[in-house]
Amino acid sequence: MLELEQVGKVYPGTRQGWLRRGAPVQALQDVSFSVQRGECFGLVGESGSGKTTLTRCILQLEAPSAGRIRFEGEDLARLSPAALRRLRARIQIVFQDPQASLNPRMSVHDIVTEPLLVHRRSLGLDARARTERAVELLGLVGLGPQHLYRHPHEFSGGQRQRIGIARALVTQPALLLLDEPTSALDVSVQAQVLNLLEDLKRRLGLTYLFISHDLAVIRYVCDRVALIHHGRIVEQGASARIFEAPQTAYARTLLAAMPEVDVTP
Amino acid sequence: MDAAAPAPASPGAPPAPAAEPLLHIDGLHLWMRSFEGEAHVLAGVDLRLARGEVWGLVGETGCGKSLTGLSVSRLVATPPGRYGQGRIVFDGQDLLRLDEAQVRPLRGRRIGMIFQDPTTNLNPLFRVGDQLVDVALAAGAHSPQILGLAPGASGAQRRAAARELAARMLERVRIPDARARLDDHPHQFSGGMRQRVLIAMALIGRPDLLIADEPTTALDVSVQAQVLALLKEMVAEYRMAVLLITHNLGVVAQTCSHVAVMYAGAIVERGPVRAVLAAPRHPYTRALLKALPTRATPRGGLEGIPGVVPDLVHPPVGCRFAPRCARAGAACLGAAPALAAVAGAHEVACVHPHGPD
Repeated sequence: MLELEQVGKVYPGTRQGWLRRGAPVQALQDVSFSVQRGECFGLVGESGSGKTTLTRCILQLEAPSAGRIRFEGEDLARLSPAALRRLRARIQIVFQDPQASLNPRMSVHDIVTEPLLVHRRSLGLDARARTERAVELLGLVGLGPQHLYRHPHEFSGGQRQRIGIARALVTQPALLLLDEPTSALDVSVQAQVLNLLEDLKRRLGLTYLFISHDLAVIRYVCDRVALIHHGRIVEQGASARIFEAPQTAYARTLLAAMPEVDVTP
Repeated sequence: MDAAAPAPASPGAPPAPAAEPLLHIDGLHLWMRSFEGEAHVLAGVDLRLARGEVWGLVGETGCGKSLTGLSVSRLVATPPGRYGQGRIVFDGQDLLRLDEAQVRPLRGRRIGMIFQDPTTNLNPLFRVGDQLVDVALAAGAHSPQILGLAPGASGAQRRAAARELAARMLERVRIPDARARLDDHPHQFSGGMRQRVLIAMALIGRPDLLIADEPTTALDVSVQAQVLALLKEMVAEYRMAVLLITHNLGVVAQTCSHVAVMYAGAIVERGPVRAVLAAPRHPYTRALLKALPTRATPRGGLEGIPGVVPDLVHPPVGCRFAPRCARAGAACLGAAPALAAVAGAHEVACVHPHGPD
């Protein structure tokens, strides 16, 4: 469904004085993986490893400097602006911090229906249909029509993330990028959101690209995993295999640092 | 407050028999004024920390973990805060009865603090070395032996000694090339290094007690592992007591000797870390552990905790966890249960606790 072929991204170095520049930064190098329809593919890396740059490239917010990104067989870089706009409705993203990614001055209704407004040409829904769709989505993520005209501050962190998920799903995307969707949440709420995501994936036939630094969460939700370090994929494969028998030194160090609760009395 | 706890130094208790704990938070109540009314945010918090013990304080957001830590450092402003019953006895004196002038020599000197975000706790405009030297000088002003100088030393001598101490502390927290890095500014350090600088800063006055509020939450796992290892090493060396506030039970399992689980302003379970995590008795502790994905959790096997932490302006009567608890019955709606021993130092505050299985 989503294929990355030797994607690279180089940023120019920082300015040092009038004409000089520092050495360019190789943020991504030779990144290749493919996400199959219906799976949950995990992308794990520490801060500064290139996770965010990669997300930005997939969303076409940033043009990769090398390689190709294909979605459902189409090369993203070659799409016309109109085709790209249509495609954006099919790839949606859920951000890490619902506090920061929901506009505090908009009602839930406006937040959830905004993508429909943006994509109204291709989706063609009138105001009434948009509201109906918003109610439907809120139901799907475990909220009700009574929440429609409330504002983000009236919700708990977990509920806010549910609103973020509803907004991402409203255009009926095929692929969802989940960028640390639970790291701002308590474990008790994280468990609920992870279960919701699992349930939605099955019911709506979604595909997930799950980006996180939390190895325990990745191990729990992902079918396959790629480890990214300094802009390169150092290891990828089935989740069970990576966590039980890591091949590379980096993967072993990372897994050893994982704080686990396994106490034997 | 805590009738079930045996008198200190009872026979057959933990291996290090400390007569009186270094810190005893004794049935502490705190109210916080808010727009909705006064919230009863700490409702009889009870904790004892002895030297050499690392206590993990865990619970969801809004359970009062940070306020407990801030109360010990006397950093809760009153108003909006208002203390009710209870004492915070540190080394024999009740911190709540001290005025600001009496607290100052304790804070940062005998009671060290580390907070979550290393970027906001270092001044970006000053060199790291200068910031460390300031702390060393302040500590030296109260106890000259920290700088290793005679009381009559000149200002220049004290500055030189403070700088020397700052360099040594940076070396202790394994900042490579420590001496040269004293002249760097905070932005020249990575997140993990900044947190290590803050640990060095907190330990420079050789505190007896360290309050670490989410010290590794902003860090990557590999850096987190280093910082926690360093902390354990420092505890062994200085025989400090540590209150490690975290929401991560994995961190507690790896780092702490004891754990206290906090819910809605009260300690609901506490004891040696292995005893509590291997056989949690309180339904809330169990629920927290079940919400944590582990190696053995099958897909879809995670269980969240339904509901949210209650509104503390109008807290539930009786056990505050009862509205979210599957085991709750009529008896839970009476008086709030007190901590009672279940096995050795393992205590739980619950009307219907789980068995030892």
